[in-house]
Amino acid sequence: MPAYLDHAATAVLHPAARTALLAALDDGWADPARLYRDARHARLLLDAARETVAAVIGARPDEVSFASSGTQAAQLAVLGAAQARRRSGRRMLVSAVEHSCVLHAAQWHEDAGGTVDTVGVDRFGRVDPADFAPPPDTALASLQHANHEVATIQPVAAAAGVLHAAGVPLHVDAAMSVGRIPVDVRALGADLLSASAHKFGGPAGVGILVVRTGCRWVNPLPADEREGGRVSGFPNVAAIVATAAALHARAAEITAETPRLAGYIERLRTRIPHLVKDVELLGDPDAAGRLPHLLTFSCLYVDGESLLGELDRAGIAVSSGSSCVSDTLAPSHVLAAMGALTQGNIRVSFGRESSAADVDTLLAILPDAVARVRERAGAVSL
Amino acid sequence: MTPSDAGTSAAGHSGHGAAWDGAQLTVDARGHRCPLPVIELARRIREVDVNADLQLWADDPAAAYDIPAWCRMRANTLVATRELASGGTAYLVRRCS
Repeated sequence: MPAYLDHAATAVLHPAARTALLAALDDGWADPARLYRDARHARLLLDAARETVAAVIGARPDEVSFASSGTQAAQLAVLGAAQARRRSGRRMLVSAVEHSCVLHAAQWHEDAGGTVDTVGVDRFGRVDPADFAPPPDTALASLQHANHEVATIQPVAAAAGVLHAAGVPLHVDAAMSVGRIPVDVRALGADLLSASAHKFGGPAGVGILVVRTGCRWVNPLPADEREGGRVSGFPNVAAIVATAAALHARAAEITAETPRLAGYIERLRTRIPHLVKDVELLGDPDAAGRLPHLLTFSCLYVDGESLLGELDRAGIAVSSGSSCVSDTLAPSHVLAAMGALTQGNIRVSFGRESSAADVDTLLAILPDAVARVRERAGAVSL
Repeated sequence: MTPSDAGTSAAGHSGHGAAWDGAQLTVDARGHRCPLPVIELARRIREVDVNADLQLWADDPAAAYDIPAWCRMRANTLVATRELASGGTAYLVRRCS
């Protein structure tokens, strides 16, 4: 039986999002910046979506803008805050395990003459909040809410406390957590936050950008009047409406869903080391310290690309941070920063459509798949 | 071993040179991609005595992470690493079990 186990890459479109998307394509097509009836209707839909998203994540509606992707939202958050605070300093603090979109934005900042300090992580991929004590010339810091490869939840509020004591704002990349676990921008202490609709069942092409009231920020790109001057260009009203519908539905679902998915992960964590020799489970062994739906492990003497192929032939879709799967031939920077084994790396992530049968399928297929890959490489009884 | 690598080893004498010279076996896994250098290390470590060292040469980027991880998982010790003049990295691994 096929099993889609890559919900952390992209979630299946939520039924509530599909319904809202189709309705809004008909009702919300007009330009929300105009003043006639159809335009006013599009404006109402857009404003309602903004209010819904703001309410779910504990923000004010005027703090929320919609970008064209989570990546664009993160880039705007980081570069806009750096630009606004350039007289305070040109230093940016980022964790070593940020998503590449944040690291690419940091690289951009460095290429423009700024400085980037990388904050290291422990073997679970977690930062020490004390390491976010900012040097005097720091413009901002960026820290993910939870890691996209190993599920580790970061001590965001504690890092925010350290930064705020020195007057430095924090951007939180919440792409992995929004719609999966409760997210509250005020409780996190986030001054800026970004998220991505397709990660929680919304459509592709919508990012959520939060700039808290009082946080200095200027658009790092040519600006227009759209989205409060924060995101330029005509907004995709229908997709934004669908995003709000998906997030609203997720907020109601996750309380019941979390223990179910956490149970699948617990079963994998217990069974895989018995079924597969020389496997390293990565991330926090304490369930309270990680996202409920994601598990990453590495298999010694295994070529990750070959293992992905074996699993794909059995209908199992997962992802890998091994070097052979990367275009650059370098292993995932997250695994590298943790000092984890990078070969034979597999990330399994569940979603609302996942069932116990998916777990059964993986546990039935994985041991022989690993054994075949090892045998082909001549890695037997090592 | 190419003359330039021998030179690098001798030049490193002031640091860990003595340990490098004491390796019982040198295995060149350069040109092999992940996970082959680690498989080669696991296979050939049996040829050295317990508490003796093996020198593995590799130029795969993943080796920098996976050789320390293998040593941790197999309770062996990564004694030292050094860059090779002819390309790649040398890993000095002590067989502990």
